Parts: sequence; structure tokens; C-alpha cells
Amino acid sequence: MSSPLAAPLTWRVARLVERRDETPTAQTLVLDVPGWPGHLPGQHVDVRLTAPDGYQAARSYSLAGPAEGERVALTVQRVPDGEVSPYLTDVWATGDPVEVRGPVGGWFVWRPAELAPVLLVAGGSGVVPLMAMVRARRAAGSRVPFRLIYSARTPADVIYADELRRRARDDHGLDVAYVYTRTAPKGWRGEPHRIGLADVNTHGWPAELEPLCYVCGPTGFVETVADLLVGLGHQPRRVRTERFGPTG
Amino acid sequence: MSPGFQGRRRSAEPALPPGQYLTEDFPVLSAGPTPRVRPDVWEFVVATETGAEHRWTWAEFTALPQETPTVDIHCVTRWSKRGTTWQGVSLDVLLDGVDTGASYALVHSYGGYTTNLPLADLRGGRAWVVHGYDGRDLPAEHGGPARLLVPHLYLWKSAKWVRGIRLGTTDEPGFWETAGYHDYGDPWREQRYAGD
Repeated sequence: MSSPLAAPLTWRVARLVERRDETPTAQTLVLDVPGWPGHLPGQHVDVRLTAPDGYQAARSYSLAGPAEGERVALTVQRVPDGEVSPYLTDVWATGDPVEVRGPVGGWFVWRPAELAPVLLVAGGSGVVPLMAMVRARRAAGSRVPFRLIYSARTPADVIYADELRRRARDDHGLDVAYVYTRTAPKGWRGEPHRIGLADVNTHGWPAELEPLCYVCGPTGFVETVADLLVGLGHQPRRVRTERFGPTG
Repeated sequence: MSPGFQGRRRSAEPALPPGQYLTEDFPVLSAGPTPRVRPDVWEFVVATETGAEHRWTWAEFTALPQETPTVDIHCVTRWSKRGTTWQGVSLDVLLDGVDTGASYALVHSYGGYTTNLPLADLRGGRAWVVHGYDGRDLPAEHGGPARLLVPHLYLWKSAKWVRGIRLGTTDEPGFWETAGYHDYGDPWREQRYAGD
């Protein structure tokens, strides 16, 4: 996956094992993929659908956590007028096949052997590859300090809400902070707002610690956060970004 | 086959490269923060395999003959966009008078990004260094002040924030080419990942 001489990535037949609602519009889909070679947190996978007349459509989705044997999990945000995501969230039935190819991507990844502190900044469904890193950290028994800043529109839009609450309590060295852009929970201090300098400065790491920063979300969000991090003195090469375009 | 999947984006319009879908907006994809490069310090350098360098300041570059190509663009993340109009300078102009026997080009950008392609793909009216998009200055998030435009290859080859090109006799993989993506990246042959 990181060598220009790598063997071709082959399409594999995957079957749906389980689906879980994460929010009203996001679902986690657990796939059984015979022959899955394993992956690094932050990598993604191409999913391809085939219609009866042979027409095909494919999109990329982030892997949501470490593989468990040949089982992998994706979290898919339903794009209302999308071509692939509504099929995955509304039509795809347990046991039915789709094709997947991956893992893909060798830059927006965290390797548990890395010792630098990590800052994760998520906007909306951009949390998915970052959650994969949080889960991989725990699975590897890593003690690397992690901080996650997660911007969501409302508390109901927070993906993995229960698990994040539990991990923030149990995963030693993981801190989670939230920013709400539209509606904050009761008792929340401050007003809903878009992420800004104070959020990143308060809940991130000082640049002197030379953390690895991973920022994932919509374009405007990623532009804002990446600019803030550079403004706070982080080396641009240590700020890795992944921007979500429309992935219907 | 995927039971219950019909698909719905087939139409009579000219075909897109395999596996692509049309988008009307202009997604931004890049690996890190957007570099902010002021035109007054911008320069563009073509370096040959012998070490000879050809340099242009912003004023010199924008004084070269301009073209306004209208092209379809194809991103490896599967979106394509039709009829995008750019303004810039053909690589044929920039390479005119560059004495080289090189076969390969390594394009490098402000911010450290690199990408590689055969030098032949930069010639023949198929590649530009552009500084305008849709009648305006090229926005920084789309690669301004200037980016490479090689629309017959996947868009990661069209390096944003371009700073120069190093010509060489051997192929040296760039940023995405060492991170699992295809060395050449022809969308019509669907060369997305290494080995495709």
C-alpha cells in the first residue's frame, strides 16, 4: 500500500454482517471481506455497486476502526441525493454482496509506532478516520497522548457519542472536546459557534511539543483549522488533512 | 451484482472516464495546509538534468503569451467536472528554449508537494501553468497563485502552488505516487492505484 511496486489492489466480494445507527443520517456498516489484508487507521476503501445491466458506481469510504479478522467497519453518512450512500444505508441487506477494494491511502494514517502526541480535529463525519486512530491506539495499547476536538452541528449529530464518552473516561491519555455549531447541549458553557482559534489553542497541543495533527472534515472546516494550526506555529508538514467532498 | 441497485446517472451525454461521476461544485483535496504564496516572492524554475536553470518571476511569467484552455478535469476520488476554464501559460512556451534530453519531470510545489510525469505529457499543448480560473485569480485553495494543469491525467498530477519542474533521465515518484497511487494516472485507463 505504500510502495510504487505494490501488487494491484483487487476487488473483493464483501457481505453485510451488521448495521448500526450512529445518528439519524449516519450508519456503521460491518462487512465481512474474505481475504482482507488489514489496514492502517486513516485509510479508506472503495465500494462498488453493480446494477443488473452491468452499470457500476463506486465511492470511497473511510474505515472506522481496526479490522477484526476479515471484518471491517465503515461509517457512511447518507447523502440524500447520492447514488451510492443511500443504497448502502437504506437498501443493502444483510448477506448481500458488494465489492470493495483497498486499503487505499498512505498519507493520512497514524502508525502506532509513532511516539509524538496526536491532535485530531474532526468536522462532522470527518470524525470517521480519526475514530479509527482512537480505536487503533487502544487496540495497540499505545500510550501516545491523543486529543480529539470534534465539531458537530448539534449533540444529536455526534457520531460514536456513547463510545467517545466511555473512551474519554477509560482510555488513559485520550482527551475529547466538542464544538457545536448550531445547538449545544443543556448546561454547555458558551454559545454554539464555528471552530476558532480559542478552541484549537485550548484543546490542542502547544506547537513546541511537535504533535502530529490530523484534520478531517468539509473543505471550509479543514481550511480554517489547518490555517489556525499553522498560525499557532505548527509545522505545515506535521498537519495532515483529508477533505470531504461530496461522496454520494 | 448488488441486489436492488439500479444506479441512475446514465445519460446520453459524452462518456466520462470509467468509474467517474459528474459534480457541479469544485471539491478541494490536498494533503496539508494551504500555502499562502505572495506573487511578489513567487518564482517558477525549470531545472534540467545538467543543472541549468530557467527562472521566471511573477511579472515575467504573466507577461508570457496567455492561453485560456477549457477542459474536463478528473479527480482520482471519482468526481469529474466538465468545461472548466483556466488562464495561464502553455508548458510548450515555458519549455521552449530549454535544452534537455530528459524523459521525466518531477514537479514541485510550495509546501513540499511533488508529483512526477513523463516530460512528453507536458508538451504538445496538453499542459499549462495556470493562474486564473473562471475569469478570476486562482484561489489559494485551488492552487493559487499558480498551479500546473495537466487535464489528461488525474488531477493530483496538476500540482497546486507549483514552484518548479526538475527534468531528469530517471522517473522519480512524487508524493502520492509513493503513497500507493499510480505512477502515471491515466483516467481513461482507470490508473488510480499502484498496480492498476
